[in-house]
Amino acid sequence: MATQRATDIRTGLFSQYALDHCYDEMFDASGVARAPYEALHRRLLELSPADLRQRQQNADSAFLHQGVTFTVYGDEQGTERIFPYDLLPRVITAREWETIERGLIQRLTALNLFLKDIYQDARILKEGVVPRHLVYSAQHYRREMLGVRPRKDIYVSVAGSDLVRLPDGQFAVLEDNLRVPSGVSYMLTNRQIIKRVFPELFTNYAVRPIDHYGQSLLATLRSLAPGDRSDPTIVLLTPGVFNSAYFEHTFLARQMGIELVEGRDLIVHDNVVYMRTTAGLRRVDVIYRRVDDDFIDPLAFRPDSRLGVPGLFNAYRTGNVSIVNAIGTGVADDKAVYAYVPAIIRFYLDEEPILPNVETYLLSNPAHRTYVLENLDKLVVKAVGESGGYGMLIGPHSTASQRDEFRRRIQSEPRNYIAQPTLALSRAPNFINDRIESRHVDLRPYVLCGEKFTVVPGGLTRVALRQGSLVVNSSQGGGSKDTWVLAD
Amino acid sequence: MLSRVADCAYWTSRYLERAEHTARLGDVCLGLTLDRSSDTVRRLRGAVGAPPFGYGVPPLASGEVISEDRMNQTIVACVAAARENARQVREQISSEMWEQLNRLYLAVRQTTAPGSSSFFTSVKEAAHLFQGVTDSTMIHSEGWHYIQIGRSLERAAATATMLEVHFADADAVGRDPDIGAYISWAALLRSCSAFEAYCQRYTADVRPERVAEFLLLSPDFPRSVRFTVETVEASLRSVARSLGRSSTGRVERLAGRLRATLDYSQIDEIIAESLQTYVQGIRQQCEHVHTALYQTYINYETESAIAS
Repeated sequence: MATQRATDIRTGLFSQYALDHCYDEMFDASGVARAPYEALHRRLLELSPADLRQRQQNADSAFLHQGVTFTVYGDEQGTERIFPYDLLPRVITAREWETIERGLIQRLTALNLFLKDIYQDARILKEGVVPRHLVYSAQHYRREMLGVRPRKDIYVSVAGSDLVRLPDGQFAVLEDNLRVPSGVSYMLTNRQIIKRVFPELFTNYAVRPIDHYGQSLLATLRSLAPGDRSDPTIVLLTPGVFNSAYFEHTFLARQMGIELVEGRDLIVHDNVVYMRTTAGLRRVDVIYRRVDDDFIDPLAFRPDSRLGVPGLFNAYRTGNVSIVNAIGTGVADDKAVYAYVPAIIRFYLDEEPILPNVETYLLSNPAHRTYVLENLDKLVVKAVGESGGYGMLIGPHSTASQRDEFRRRIQSEPRNYIAQPTLALSRAPNFINDRIESRHVDLRPYVLCGEKFTVVPGGLTRVALRQGSLVVNSSQGGGSKDTWVLAD
Repeated sequence: MLSRVADCAYWTSRYLERAEHTARLGDVCLGLTLDRSSDTVRRLRGAVGAPPFGYGVPPLASGEVISEDRMNQTIVACVAAARENARQVREQISSEMWEQLNRLYLAVRQTTAPGSSSFFTSVKEAAHLFQGVTDSTMIHSEGWHYIQIGRSLERAAATATMLEVHFADADAVGRDPDIGAYISWAALLRSCSAFEAYCQRYTADVRPERVAEFLLLSPDFPRSVRFTVETVEASLRSVARSLGRSSTGRVERLAGRLRATLDYSQIDEIIAESLQTYVQGIRQQCEHVHTALYQTYINYETESAIAS
């Protein structure tokens, strides 16, 4: 019986569907649809390529007309692109989600304690759990933050960690995004669009809603307002229309009903932040900033920044304004510090990590370095301070000259690189080339931390659309799909 | 409302109005070319090439006439500028407004037939649709009023410019309504979407002084200078009220004075004096209203704002 069903998989739309050692989200190893995917699989078998193509076109034109686009840097022509979208949802069971949620809350709790510690007492460094040099040499460590107390000692209020599913079906954390994680607007629009183009899919599933993200984010920001401000003015600070995530900034500002400001709209006078309105200047209490630390205040950080607000850091230090996320959080998502997160969790919480890390080699460690340099063709090398899929070497897909280049870079700046085994990321079905093919995916859930934790049940499932590719970043040819967390 | 948002709302509608105006002129020129009225075409094209029109293309030398290509380019540039301004305030305008404008932008960028009648028509229609969508989906509060002011000031300038170029050339146009003159004056009316409205009011007997009266002083034609100035004044008063300011500030006074000038002018007196001088004065006063608006709400001095 099982063998007979196993051959069933390669029929019709699924004729080219590949299964191998990677975990497949839809099928088990014998080619039978997993329980949560049964209804979806059945429905897909009833559909023709033409029908799916029609729905895909409807979805694409909805994205284009709404202007749900991102900007690709270093591309002069047509810099606005739609984020490629796949019709087929990714399904996560209630049990899987329960583990993910607990794991993310545990991780963020520990990382907030870590940030508080290194900017205030440095206990974890004194006890040698995390090497001192690693923290102080981190690209995003901000000496200026020593002794500054963010509201309620919460440094990271908005986090988006990237999870991957390994061949055994377990989720692991690939990296943390604790500075200005983006993508949440795609999570929300993906859901809106699939409801419009594929409504009948919802009939067999109890999908947990995610629409309240904006409200939860607003509540989180409000809970972080300076203590004496009863009806705080909250704004979203954007670098402006040329930023790759500008669509998201406008989207979130609208969802929350707050002003979207640029640096030039704000001024600081006597350590108080004001925005320029048509009715005169108005005091600002909380800034949800989507501008990097470096650019936020030309007086405190990069003096050539035109995106920031002169004097903002002083106003922040005085406690007259809250900045979310706090400044200097990037030290905790440094890819070398990442290797220590399990130890960080044990140190502050005395608990075992619920979500494991991926094995990581620190190239500042001579033994690791020797191993990595000998095995560059099998490993993935990443620059520690980079994000968005920039500055990466994927060993098995690299050329000899690329490997030589990375070998040189590693030898000259070992602290700047880490290496990880080339992971067999899980694969999910996608509608590509008029049939259903499998592609590697990851998952970025979004966690909010204010008065309490909020993990919106869902996330951005990113897809490496190029066949065989392991890179899911939108800037590198990745797409996304809706993520369904089931209620039971 | 953020000052920058007011600025963008104002320029979104101003640029879109400019695109529509240029498209309308393009369409009229197309018809005239078929009628072989090259003088009129030259005059109309001269008007869309002169600042502040002819946005996004190199300025014309004196006496030069904008080429067809450039005219299409300026339409695309105006639509792109309108969209860029709207994009900066996406969260402040309704999704429907943004989608409408974005669709127009994608359409003009991808058009395969620039300069065709269907191209011009689609730009005009999209601009009208944007106005309708704006009126029916956006709250009629401060931001909406800046959109009204932007559109109206742009319209006033456009209509005034059209009158000016025609009357500067009035001798050539000929005061007697022979066929050539008729086509020219009718083209002026058409280029302001005023031909049918004019005929309803005065019959098809097209006479220069009536055309001037209609385009300048009509109290109820939406493109007449007087009508647009009244809209500006009313919106300025609404803005002041919504911000709890007295409505006798400098900008309201300038707009009120301009409106009064138009209310109490008579066309025979204007023509006897010099219509050109009169229209130039009106255009200048529109400029002053624009400047005062910016000084009051958008570019005010930070120091004085902190002091108050």
